[in-house]
Amino acid sequence: MHIPDGLLSAPVWAICDVAAAGFVILSVRQCQKHFEEKTVPLTGIMCAFVFAAQMINFPVAGGTSGHLLGGVLSSVFLGPWLGSLVISLVLIVQCFLFQDGGVAVLGANIVNMAVFGTGLGYLIFKLCSSQFSGKTGYFASIAIASWFSVIFASGACALELGFSGTYPALLALKAMLLVHAFIGIGEAIITTFIVSAVLALRPDLAASRPLEASL
Amino acid sequence: MKKSEILIGLGLALFVAIALSPFASSSPDGLERVAEDHGFLSKATEKPLTPPVIPDYAMPGISSEKLATSAAGFVGTLILYFGGYGMAYLLKSRKNAASDRSPHEA
Repeated sequence: MHIPDGLLSAPVWAICDVAAAGFVILSVRQCQKHFEEKTVPLTGIMCAFVFAAQMINFPVAGGTSGHLLGGVLSSVFLGPWLGSLVISLVLIVQCFLFQDGGVAVLGANIVNMAVFGTGLGYLIFKLCSSQFSGKTGYFASIAIASWFSVIFASGACALELGFSGTYPALLALKAMLLVHAFIGIGEAIITTFIVSAVLALRPDLAASRPLEASL
Repeated sequence: MKKSEILIGLGLALFVAIALSPFASSSPDGLERVAEDHGFLSKATEKPLTPPVIPDYAMPGISSEKLATSAAGFVGTLILYFGGYGMAYLLKSRKNAASDRSPHEA
């Protein structure tokens, strides 16, 4: 759901650019507080993987495709702040090198996917995993949070379209949420699969592991 | 992380970018679909504000569409690996600089 230039009005993208810059600075400060050595190569791999996975559009209903967002995936391994920075960096490279997502609306894309998708997605994950116990509960939390991360990101995108006067907000919201409810299922399947595969090999890698007591 | 694990991780990302990307669905994504169906896709600016280096994930100069996509995926994945590594390295070193006087430095 990378927004191209032209779809958002100047006030909307300008506010989003400022908000995104503020959020990136806040994330950097938060990451500097507690940074683990092992996280350095893992961050590189996560950036590389999210970029690669975002190239793989999978078909969903009605001649539409979707691809991984990766916000919950990266924040489960790296925590929400570094996870958001990973998504932001991917968006920046996609914007300037690949013309995927507009330049003026880069902030809006960061707000949608790194702030709403990743940040709120991670909050849903924390909320769910505090309620559900055991390994099943952990992976169910990842699946639910992944679905919601896509819903949040697409909802934010729809509201920006609405505020810009591009399309009536409620209609945009309805259309965006409907199609992304399907894409979110793909997000949930892919994220849950990757997290379970990595944790099977290296259970210590996740920043938020299944509760030791519940294993 | 061990060197071998890093190579496996990066290798998997490169595999996805090189081997799977040519077979990705070319249908419009969720936003494009909505914009098309509701008649506001035409508002999108065709001309980019900055000249793209690798427009639309196709490496310029490669005539085969599939190979051009693979090449773009290869380059982008490597850039993001080193970019992400560099970003994390900077975050770490600035953190260490701030805690240099800490007696708990291990």
